[in-house]
Amino acid sequence: MSASRASCDVAVIGAGPAGVAAAVSAAASGRRVIVLDEGLGPGGQIWRPSIHGPPPSAARHWLARFEAAHIDIRRSTSVFDVRSDDRSGLTVSAYHEGEAIELNARAVILATGARERFLPFPGWTLPNVFGVGGAQALYKAGVLFRDKRVVIAGSGPLLLPVAASLARSGAKLALVAEQASPASVRRFAMSLWRKPATLVQAAVLRSAFFKTSYATGTWIESARGDGSVREVTITNGSTTRTLACDVLCVAFGLVPNVEIARLLGCEVEHGMVTVDATQATSVSGVYCAGEPTGIGGVDAAIVEGEIAGLAAAGQSVPQALVAKAERLRRDAATLDAAFALRAELRTLAKPETLVCRCEDVRLRDLNPHWTARQAKLYTRAGMGPCQGRICGAALESVMGWTADSVRPPVQPVRLASFINDPSAT
Amino acid sequence: MSDGSRVTLIVDGNAMSASKGTTVAAALINSGFAMFRSSVSGEARGPVCGMGVCYECRVTIDGVRHQRSCTRTVVEGMRVDTAKADVG
Repeated sequence: MSASRASCDVAVIGAGPAGVAAAVSAAASGRRVIVLDEGLGPGGQIWRPSIHGPPPSAARHWLARFEAAHIDIRRSTSVFDVRSDDRSGLTVSAYHEGEAIELNARAVILATGARERFLPFPGWTLPNVFGVGGAQALYKAGVLFRDKRVVIAGSGPLLLPVAASLARSGAKLALVAEQASPASVRRFAMSLWRKPATLVQAAVLRSAFFKTSYATGTWIESARGDGSVREVTITNGSTTRTLACDVLCVAFGLVPNVEIARLLGCEVEHGMVTVDATQATSVSGVYCAGEPTGIGGVDAAIVEGEIAGLAAAGQSVPQALVAKAERLRRDAATLDAAFALRAELRTLAKPETLVCRCEDVRLRDLNPHWTARQAKLYTRAGMGPCQGRICGAALESVMGWTADSVRPPVQPVRLASFINDPSAT
Repeated sequence: MSDGSRVTLIVDGNAMSASKGTTVAAALINSGFAMFRSSVSGEARGPVCGMGVCYECRVTIDGVRHQRSCTRTVVEGMRVDTAKADVG
């Protein structure tokens, strides 16, 4: 196999807030840094470049520092394998537009972010049913929502900014449904009194869609349509109603991306990568920052990135930074408890509902006594191009199955990337 | 169409105008496409995650199949084929 080769002191996988902060602080310590990212520019999802205007000021600050440091960033580059061995250290395999890249590094920082949690319900595979962050990403990428009737149903603080930006862009927002109970949302809002800036931010977002109801204790039951979604049924457990819509945005919080960490053999507990106070994982030379260590939000991701960058560069980490990361993680735990998913969401899928949308496996095809591995072998559930990234969380919720082991490649790769023959596909 | 802010794509054999800087997924949605690909059992599918994770927005771009349309930016003259034109 021939591939383009490079080496560096610190390889950072992912260019969201954690990866950007990690790269900046490792580079400031004089280390040669290479950043690999699937996106079109640094920023990840939350600081995703938008065709509608510049990113928020916190993002601009970090992105400017990133640019000023002249960090080598490989865009549109997917990492499909990372290996660690005593002789050659850490090797990262990636591909960019069908071409393979082999990267040798003394340290690797995993800043792989998170994806949305999708749960199966009748109609969830219809076109124009997007994720919540998915709709935001599509909006930033240029999708016009003007005059479209939109229903948002899901969970967590992400519903607010997405509802606000779609409403500002002229969408006819029919309803924003939060599955968490009114009491937990109220308790969470009360806990924000110590953070007036966050409260103000929430109020500004809410005012952007003041004409639309924000219904707590309300969740999706089903969606219908011919060729694309046309109506959605929503319930609060006692009352059920059906709304017409052109777009449905549904997701239930975030799932850490831990595939590469698991591939490397890093300790992963409850779906989160275990790290110490310097963000070091259980594998020597491998650090992890941001959402893969537990959903903590952008502020925690930045601080963890700074810590990981310093530690990977062999610098000492200021105690104040460690204390800040701990405080932000405690806040995240409050948020997690407030938006815990209700049990009803586990039983939305009917026997004929698809649970694996790559391989079209239906709920009735699965035997409750199987493991995720058996389901894979017998039905191909989890073997499609998403490699279990969507159905993994769905099967965990519906069947109680934990994810199967991870093997390279963790991304579908064209054969040509391995054998360097452009005619092979 | 050539005012500098737009590009022309060939989608399923027909010319289609799109704003520069948008992704292929966004351009298709804005032109009314809902079905991007056909699933293994023949269901219509379109973009979901918007960030390259779900692989539901796959189309053929310039003859290369299984390209995630949400991860590619439109380019003048780009040939895009959705499930409608996909006979392979």
